[in-house]
Amino acid sequence: MVEHRPLSQLAAHLILIAGVALVLFPVYIAIVASTQAPGEFLRGTLPLVPGGHALENYRAMWESGLSRAGAPPVGQMLFNSLVMALAITVGKLVISLLSAFAIVYFRFPFRLFFFWLIFVTLMLPVEVRIIPTFQVVADLGMLNSFAGLSIPLIASATATFLFRQFFMTVPEELLEAARVDGAGPLRFFKDILLPLSVTNIAALFVILFIYGWNQYLWPLLITTDSDYYTVVMGIQRMTTAADGDPQWHLVMAAVVMAALPPVLVILFMQRLFVKGLTETEK
Amino acid sequence: MMASIKLEGLEKTYPGGVQAVKGVDLEVADGEFVVLVGPSGCGKSTLLRMVAGLETISAGALYIGKRRVNELEPAQRDIAMVFQNYALYPHMTVFDNLAYGLKNRGFKRDEIRRRVEEAARMLEIEAFLPRKPRQLSGGQRQRVAMGRALVREPAVFLFDEPLSNLDAKLRVQMRVEIKRLQRRLKTTSLYVTHDQLEAMTLGDRLVVLNGGRIEQVGTPMEIYARPASLFVATFIGSPAMNLLPLGALLSGPGAASHGALLGDLPPGTGILGIRPDALRLEAPHGPHLTLSATLELFEAAGAESHLHVRLAGSGQPLVIRTAGQPAVAEGQRLHFHITRDALHPFHRETGRRLDDTLKTKEQAA
Amino acid sequence: MQTKRMTFPGRWLPYALLAPQVIVTLIFFIWPSLQALYMSLLREDAFGLNSTFVGLANFARLFADDTYLDSLSVTAMFAIGTTLLSMSAALLLAATVNRMLRSRNAYTTLLVWPYAIAPAIAGVLWWFIFNPSIGIVPYALEMLGYRWNHRTSGNDAMMLVIIAAAWKQIAYNFLFFLAGLQSIPQSLIEAAAIDGAGPVKRFWTIVFPLLSPTTFFLMVVNVVYAMFDTFGVIHATTQGGPSQATNTLVYKVYADGFVGLNLGSSAAQSVILMAIVVLLTVVQFRFIERRVNY
Repeated sequence: MVEHRPLSQLAAHLILIAGVALVLFPVYIAIVASTQAPGEFLRGTLPLVPGGHALENYRAMWESGLSRAGAPPVGQMLFNSLVMALAITVGKLVISLLSAFAIVYFRFPFRLFFFWLIFVTLMLPVEVRIIPTFQVVADLGMLNSFAGLSIPLIASATATFLFRQFFMTVPEELLEAARVDGAGPLRFFKDILLPLSVTNIAALFVILFIYGWNQYLWPLLITTDSDYYTVVMGIQRMTTAADGDPQWHLVMAAVVMAALPPVLVILFMQRLFVKGLTETEK
Repeated sequence: MMASIKLEGLEKTYPGGVQAVKGVDLEVADGEFVVLVGPSGCGKSTLLRMVAGLETISAGALYIGKRRVNELEPAQRDIAMVFQNYALYPHMTVFDNLAYGLKNRGFKRDEIRRRVEEAARMLEIEAFLPRKPRQLSGGQRQRVAMGRALVREPAVFLFDEPLSNLDAKLRVQMRVEIKRLQRRLKTTSLYVTHDQLEAMTLGDRLVVLNGGRIEQVGTPMEIYARPASLFVATFIGSPAMNLLPLGALLSGPGAASHGALLGDLPPGTGILGIRPDALRLEAPHGPHLTLSATLELFEAAGAESHLHVRLAGSGQPLVIRTAGQPAVAEGQRLHFHITRDALHPFHRETGRRLDDTLKTKEQAA
Repeated sequence: MQTKRMTFPGRWLPYALLAPQVIVTLIFFIWPSLQALYMSLLREDAFGLNSTFVGLANFARLFADDTYLDSLSVTAMFAIGTTLLSMSAALLLAATVNRMLRSRNAYTTLLVWPYAIAPAIAGVLWWFIFNPSIGIVPYALEMLGYRWNHRTSGNDAMMLVIIAAAWKQIAYNFLFFLAGLQSIPQSLIEAAAIDGAGPVKRFWTIVFPLLSPTTFFLMVVNVVYAMFDTFGVIHATTQGGPSQATNTLVYKVYADGFVGLNLGSSAAQSVILMAIVVLLTVVQFRFIERRVNY
């Protein structure tokens, strides 16, 4: 370890504190804004210290939303987001585990073909094929439903790859021992492979939950009924309110509430998050 | 329940065309402990895995008991296996590791508990039952792996180099224990190792494999005393058997006296094998050969010593094992004596042992 | 591609296991993509009643269209700006955090959470901060003599979306740079120190070159991110304006298809985007393969 001089160490801390401040700045501003009274913004610039209206702003958004801007109560949108994020996460995990299991532990005709078929989904983000995908979902009658919000997003090449990589590192002998012990494929999957994958599943859960929660374009397209609005897209509805400037104190209360769940997930599961992030990209 | 094992012309050819097992015939009697031994790549592990059902059989037939089991799943063959790296389920406790195979076979909970506890007592791992494998030492894991095979009370035990991940001291200890267990349970066992000492000490019979074929089958002492080929001669026994070209004895000092004694060697003899302990410093009674050689290196190994010498004349290197520590000095010229019946003649081209034909001739005459 | 040495026998089970993934892929990925390909060769009339096959005319028109070409250069600028800003900030922070012993984890925690913020929300946050009438940054800039207005100035708008997009991505780049830095053997740094290199020189002559696999990998990932994952940033803020100044390719596909209802053109744009993704994926995988082979 090369020793660092105290002075340069001080400079390093200053750089980091500045970096942290920069990263925190927008969120601090949002929190401050969400605690102001309605008229506060008409007076020119934004105050830099919190006001005393936090409770009423948050309660107003949680319970009634911004009806003039066509945004339902945030409480309801958060619930919708939660359902969508969990459905996408669980769906992706389940179908990826199953397909990785098939690809690694079986030999069958067209195995390589299926592998590439799944691989292709990696190359086709929803953003580049918006209209035909929308068309398919509309034809299937899945607009304005949780199924429509989640199912089209649950195919996952990334998760399949991660599990495939992990399965390849599971010692051969465990499979052999299990077969001598009389375990068939499904029992091996349930009793041996799944318990061994727990850490990987948890790490991926964190990443996929954030992915699901932060979906924006897709809910925007397929929900016209405000009962199915998710919170991330709902906020955009609020900022584009028809009559002039948005009601920033309320919008920011919604922003804070929308950002909180995934941020909490990262803060409390940082180790799993880092593992999930760095391993999905390998 | 116990069973014999019968291999009939077993072959294993991999998709790439590599043939790992090239036609093996073998019968293992009920309750017998047979060791498959050979260098790495000789096909011994593949053969064991074919018996286990972990490798498909390309040709030939395999019987366990009276059943032909070629197409049966491993679980249906009534076998249990101990793996080289133990293959313990890392997320299960020792108890669950032992119980897993029984659970899958639908045993009652009481019966599972009884069997697991009995096996644990036998292997002295009762204290570890609630632990996970990662909390155990190498030797303890090895016992758990054995326990997993024991609880099943199978017709056949299969061991795939189960001791090779242990340190030398533990290996000897576990070797004795495996032998003792097998004696007590009398379960037919097939055991793979590359360690000739392990093979000699464990097996009722040895099967020496080389290049996918059987070189020799026999009891350890049969194989040690009468190796069927140069390969077996050098593979079994440590230090390895000395191999001398016949020409080295028929020229140089003492060639004339050698010639008289070696006259009755079977025709075709090209190489003579001599065990390091068959060469003696004191002359024995009866007819014998005397070789003179220079001591190059002296190794004292406690109860015995190894003398690395070079034969006068031909310059052939030899290793001699003697008990204790003889009073010799490096550089010294020494005389060694060997009786005629301690010579192993091998054919000059095929490398097969020759005196068998000589013996049969004698018997016929 | 390998399997295990031993595999399970099973005629239909592997297909059953693959079925959910394959069905979802076919219905929601492959089929719509083929549709996009097909639609890109058609032109619909204004009522969407008739469509005629026009061959590559949609593509030809795109490349003759100044707004599309503008969108290409806007996208390039946006991607380069976002990548540079985000990666350099992340590298500085990661290299600094890597010097710390006790405070390393605390700083890491404080720096990584913006990963959790949706691009759209990041956009709204910065949109608010830069709001020309009440925002805090325009207020500060005005004191320095600059009148910020992203509603009228294309450059201001571009700056805004770049900052918002880069801010969210810093966390990701930071984690990968930190992992890359930690994998550099400490003995190399010590050897350089003994050879008389100061901290700055050590960084540029030893650390940075050894970090190049990570840097290259992040460059590709960041370009992909800027091109495809930032729809929310733009849609929630500038909506491509003012006067197309932030109209990136992905946003334009949406705007032309859903708002402008020009399906043929939108589909042709989709096809071009798919080609770009395929290209970037190939680059990324080529590179990853090499990295695995080390």
